[in-house]
Formats: sequence, C-alpha cells, structure tokens
Amino acid sequence: MPDYSASYLYVFAFFTIGALFVTGLLTLARLVAPKKVTPEKLRTYESGEEPIGQAWGRYPTHFYVFALLFVVFDVEVIFLFPWAVLFRQLGGAGLVEMVIFIAILAVGLYYAWKKDALNWY
Amino acid sequence: MPIGPFGLDPVIWAPLRLVIAVGLALFLILNGALLQIYLERKIQAIIQDRLGPYHVGPFGLLQTFADALKLIAKEDVRPSATDAWFFVAAPALVFCPMLASWLVLPFAYDITGADLNIGLLYLTTLGSMTVLGIVIAGWASNNKYALVGGLRSAGQLISYEIPQILALVTVALVVGSLSMRTITASQPGPLVNVLVLPFSFLVYFIAALAETNRTPFDLPEAESELVAGWLTEYSGMRWGTMLALSEYGNVTVVCSIIVTLWFGGWQGPGVDALPLLGVVWFTLKVYAFILAFMWIRATLPRLRIDQLMSFCWKGLIPVSLLNILVVATLALAFPSSRVPIAIANWLLVVAFVAGIPFVQRRRLAALRARARATAQPVRAAS
Repeated sequence: MPDYSASYLYVFAFFTIGALFVTGLLTLARLVAPKKVTPEKLRTYESGEEPIGQAWGRYPTHFYVFALLFVVFDVEVIFLFPWAVLFRQLGGAGLVEMVIFIAILAVGLYYAWKKDALNWY
Repeated sequence: MPIGPFGLDPVIWAPLRLVIAVGLALFLILNGALLQIYLERKIQAIIQDRLGPYHVGPFGLLQTFADALKLIAKEDVRPSATDAWFFVAAPALVFCPMLASWLVLPFAYDITGADLNIGLLYLTTLGSMTVLGIVIAGWASNNKYALVGGLRSAGQLISYEIPQILALVTVALVVGSLSMRTITASQPGPLVNVLVLPFSFLVYFIAALAETNRTPFDLPEAESELVAGWLTEYSGMRWGTMLALSEYGNVTVVCSIIVTLWFGGWQGPGVDALPLLGVVWFTLKVYAFILAFMWIRATLPRLRIDQLMSFCWKGLIPVSLLNILVVATLALAFPSSRVPIAIANWLLVVAFVAGIPFVQRRRLAALRARARATAQPVRAAS
C-alpha cells in the first residue's frame, strides 16, 4: 500500500464487513432454523437443577487485582514498542532510560509478589 | 493516467482490491475452520488409537461440512435470563477483531491485505480485543458456569498477553521495524530469527497457547468442571461463529505471527524466481505450527488456575523483562553482529528449561511443609 492513510480504510472495512458477515450468518440461521420455544428451553442451564438466584452477583476480588496489574504492564508495553523501533537512533541514553523504566516496574512486580497479590486462592 | 495492476484504472482497482482482500480473508477463515476441525479430530483420534470421523465422505473429509450445515439449521436458543443485547452482540465482538487481524498477515511478498507500518502493534491490539467479546459473552449469559468461564478467561488472556507482547518487543528490537513485510524481508535464507531469538520464541509460543485457549491452558472452557465455560448458553450458529470460526481463525493468526516473526514467513527456496511460491511456504509453515498445537492438545493435561497465573506472573513476565534488557544491551554493544544476542538467548533457554526442576522441587517442599503443619495428628485406634 503506497498510501499510508488508505490502509486504515482497510481496517475499517474489515471491521464493518466482519460485523455484516456475522449478522448475515445469524440471519440465515434464523431463517433456516426452527423456532419452538418452551419454558424449559429458556431456563438458564445448570445441569438440570433449578437455578437459584442470578449469576450477576459478587465475584472474587483477585480478578480485580490482576486487572490492575495488567493495566500497569500493558501501558508499559505501549511505551516499549516505539522505543524498540527507534532503539538504534536513541543509543545509550535510550537504553539507560528504559532500564530505569523497567526497573521501576520490576520493583512494582516484586512488591505485588511479596504482598501475595500474585497468588490465586 | 497511471494504470494499476491488470491494466485497470486505479479508481476501480483500489476498491476492488479491498473487496478481494476481505473476501479472501473470509474464504480462508471458513475453509481453515472446516479443515482444522477435521484435522483436530482426526489427529487426536490417531494419537489416541481411535478412527475419528469416517462416515461422511472419503476418510470423513466432509464431516465438518455436515456439522456446519447442522449448526445453521439448529435452533438458536437465547435463555430468558440473559442480557439480550450483549448476548447477541458477543459473537460479532469475538469475530471482528479476528477477521481484522487477517488484514496484515503476509502470505507472500505482495499478497497481504495492507502492510501497516505498525503491524505488530495492530495485531496485539486486536488480540486484546477478543477478551472483551469473551467476557461480555460470559457476563450476558447470566449463567454461573459461563460467568466463571468468562472471568477466568479474562484473567488468563490479559495475563498471558504481557509475556506475549514482551516477546514481540525483542523481535522489534532486533529488526527495528513493526511492519510484517520488513520483518519477513529481514530474514532471508536459512538464518531465521528463531536461531537468534529462541527464548522469545519459546515465551511467545507458550503465551500463544494460552491466548488461544488451547490445552494445557483451556481453562475458560474446561469441560470437566465448567460444562463449556463462557460458551455454555450458546447454541446453533452463534456458537459456531464464536467457537468454530473465531477460535480456529485466532489459532491461524497466532501461528502466522510465529511464522512471520521467527521462521522467515513466506521465504523459502525458489521464492525469488516464483513469488507465488511464497504462499505455499507460508501455508506449510503455518500448518506445521497448527499441527504442533493439536499434538500438544492431545498430549498435555490441563493446568490448574493458580498454576496458570503464577507461571505467567512469577515465571514468564520476569524472564521476558530480563530478556528485553539483555537483547537491548547486546544489540547496542555489538551493533553489527547478532551472534552475541543469539548466544545469550540460547543460554536463557537452557537456564529456563534447566531451572524448572529446581523451582518445582522448592514448590513441592513448601507444599509438603504446609501439609505437615496443618495435618491432624493420627490417633492410634483405641
């Protein structure tokens, strides 16, 4: 692709056509498939038991802890990519800065480790 | 007036090319799913000393085709307790990022949807979007199995995404580009990146198994504990789009990334004379990895969730951070040669593999000590 911005048109097109494709496929299935609704069929599946309450309730907090850690590391990665590409131009100064950056994160990871945040109960 | 390929006016060619790109991607995803499901069943059958599908068509080749027809003709049940909008939207949310990843896969030198100069970043972005669809599917189902499966999946996918991306960064460091075409072109001949960066490859391969929910990391749909995990309430074509198309499409994407980054992509003997041969090489290499994924599935048992998470956070992430620092330092110290990086990386592989028994022994000792401390004293029968 010679034109830089035109390639993002492709991204947009892929998403739109993907959504249309799924919609089309499901519409086709809707037209072909039978529709015989019974109350038993519409009940939430719980191995034949009558479900008690809803699933939308409280859930363990360690999912939240891992999500927080993930956000930290994922943002870090966004910084790593441009640095990796321009690494040779940046030279020694760039490397030192990145070492400091990663060291701070490593300290954070160590802290989370010692605080037992990385254990799953 | 400039003339595009095949003597077409560029005004006609540009949109035509886009349609061809999307059409080909969809065609390949559909056929890839049909073929890979067949291969998966047949290969596991062979490994487990069974016959596998053999009724429909010669060698059971039309089995998945028949299954697909059945899925379309099957009733789509949406339980009344579900969240209607999200439940219906989830298949598209899983499918679209997967389809969009196919845009940058380089099948041959000029055969790629678009060669984005941030190709790798684009792929990682789309890879993390799949999580959204899975969590929404699990949440919208309003089913306890589905919710646990969806949340487990969220935990697993976001955790393993980090070592995966850190492995990609080392390749970007060595090659100095994020474009899939430049990365492929940087490894002509037999000296492919896996010889220089075997450790990044190892980390990426393990993380890729987890990212595509493959055994030994298939906890989100662990059928022996969670029925079908986040897919429990889905049936008919909604299930087909999510599982059959998206999962196998994602496996192909991940294997293509492995092949492009570490195994020279479409490069192979005879490509310079006949560029279309690149498609053959690329497909062969990708399918070699897909078969490896299937082999692993038939061989390894599933991990427990705590093992899964601690292996990622305490094992893969620290060593990949170390790997980045080592590669960066050596690349700067020896700008003209890749040999020091290669030596350091192979040493890391050896250290990682050799370190596993030691860590395992310490872990077991700690577990036994804890068991001894909490055990009830056994009383003699009176």
